[in-house]
Amino acid sequence: MQSNRLGWILLAPTMVILFFFGVLPFVYVLWVSFHQWNPFAVDPTMVFNGADNFRKIVFDAAFLNSVGVTVMFVFFAVVSELIIGYFLAQAFMRDFPGKSFFRTIHTLPLIMAPIIVGSVWKLMMTPSIGIIPHYLNLWFGISVNIGTSPAAAFTTIVIMDIWHWTPLVTLTLIAALVSLPADPFEQAQIDGANKRQIFWHITLPMIAPAVVATVFIRLMDALRTVDEVWMLTGGGPGSATRFVGVHIFKEVFPKTNYGYGSTISVIVLYLTIVACWLLYVTMLAPRNSRKG
Amino acid sequence: MRKQNPIIGLVFWSLVSFLTLFPIYWLFVISVKPAVQLFSTPDLWVTDPFWGNYAKVWGDRLLRSYMLNSIIISTGNAVLCTILGFFACYALSRFNMAGKESIFFWTITNRMAPPAVFLLPLFLLMTQVYTIGEWRLLDTRIGMILVYCTFNLPFAIWTLRPTLEGIPKELDEAAFVDGASPWQVITEVIFPLCRPGLAVTFILTWVFAWNEYLLAATLTNFNARTLTTGLSEYVTSTGTEWGIMATISVFTLIPALIVFSMVQKHIVAGLTFGAVKG
Repeated sequence: MQSNRLGWILLAPTMVILFFFGVLPFVYVLWVSFHQWNPFAVDPTMVFNGADNFRKIVFDAAFLNSVGVTVMFVFFAVVSELIIGYFLAQAFMRDFPGKSFFRTIHTLPLIMAPIIVGSVWKLMMTPSIGIIPHYLNLWFGISVNIGTSPAAAFTTIVIMDIWHWTPLVTLTLIAALVSLPADPFEQAQIDGANKRQIFWHITLPMIAPAVVATVFIRLMDALRTVDEVWMLTGGGPGSATRFVGVHIFKEVFPKTNYGYGSTISVIVLYLTIVACWLLYVTMLAPRNSRKG
Repeated sequence: MRKQNPIIGLVFWSLVSFLTLFPIYWLFVISVKPAVQLFSTPDLWVTDPFWGNYAKVWGDRLLRSYMLNSIIISTGNAVLCTILGFFACYALSRFNMAGKESIFFWTITNRMAPPAVFLLPLFLLMTQVYTIGEWRLLDTRIGMILVYCTFNLPFAIWTLRPTLEGIPKELDEAAFVDGASPWQVITEVIFPLCRPGLAVTFILTWVFAWNEYLLAATLTNFNARTLTTGLSEYVTSTGTEWGIMATISVFTLIPALIVFSMVQKHIVAGLTFGAVKG
């Protein structure tokens, strides 16, 4: 075994960059979170107010509501993406004419900027100029207005997220399915297992690490969704789509309540890390260390 | 590989492709409509395309410089993240350093930060702390390349690690026995073996950097402004110029499409974020 010094040298640039652009800003936010501060006011002094911000957050209905909305969004979006992504990945495992062409098409949403995705969905969904409300009304007599209906706005955002990110799930699951050995499947078929048994007892356990990894990255990114939602609904109507990222945005910039905004960020970051860490230690880490 | 009726497959995939492509198609439709037609009844296709928006965007020298900035920043960031991520993963997979698993998890926590509040500390650091004399990091391409590392470098490390764990350590040892230096082992033996993983890491970090908006909007004014921020400049208080915005979006999409198609064949083999193949 080589000496660990080389390992530290190789790791050093990463740690230095993340320290200067990740840790230091975080320390600053943590410090500000204990203060009452409005940097753009006439009197921009920082007033230390102890744990007041943290005490306030526990009773802040708007914040708790945004956490609830975010959890619901993440749940619906990620579960749908997993199911649709799995079926598409299975479909891509077969041979059919034009397979790579269709796969290329299917990955296209992945390369679109969230802000562009938000604007194009806004253009499609805005009442009177949007094509989707127009045809839904013309063909089915359903009127959809994301400006007034909370349910419509929330559903649109979930569908938009599914449209945008299912390709990533499909690609990761294809990568997992491709690497599976053929023997267990052949053996199970010889033994007379049906499709459902094969899925639950063979396929799922074998692709589980990839599924958990996919959930992990989607969970992490869905929790910090801002651009698309900001573009599409701005968090409205009311607070129907006011996810925590959007909530922080609205709390910090229009109200210029910087201290309290920082507190919310610290709490949100903490909750995100705990959720991801639990997922990681229970599902991913044991498998990785068993291997290594 | 199973066989199925090609007609059913074709119909199914055409439907999926239609759903996937429609918003992108609609972007294009909006971009070739004159502003007055946007607010009339939506038609599914355009009979007489209007290329005025394209002429306007293409002739805008500012937008061309934004495009150049976007290309330099995302390429620089993707190269940096892929190489540093590769080094970090080599260290994580080959050495028994104390606390390496904690460091591995710590890197990804940098990607979890809600972006809105971290704008101000980054702004302050880049104007007041990270300076050399008159020169400051704010509104520079190198500054944006480094800032984007906060979310792309952890991603690169987590995407590359399974690839490196999958390469047997005996390979390194054999090369050492043959008298290779550690640097030679890393660059000449291991690096070429990781090509699929590196390709995927490069393309995904490139796309994330290319598409980033919030940080670019706050941390650049003019010199390092990117295409996504150029886009938002057409959302004004007096109304949004949707046609121009859609046109810039189409222009934003084209380079991403080119870069993406270059590594298309590697993408499946290399996509194993955080999971070691069983």
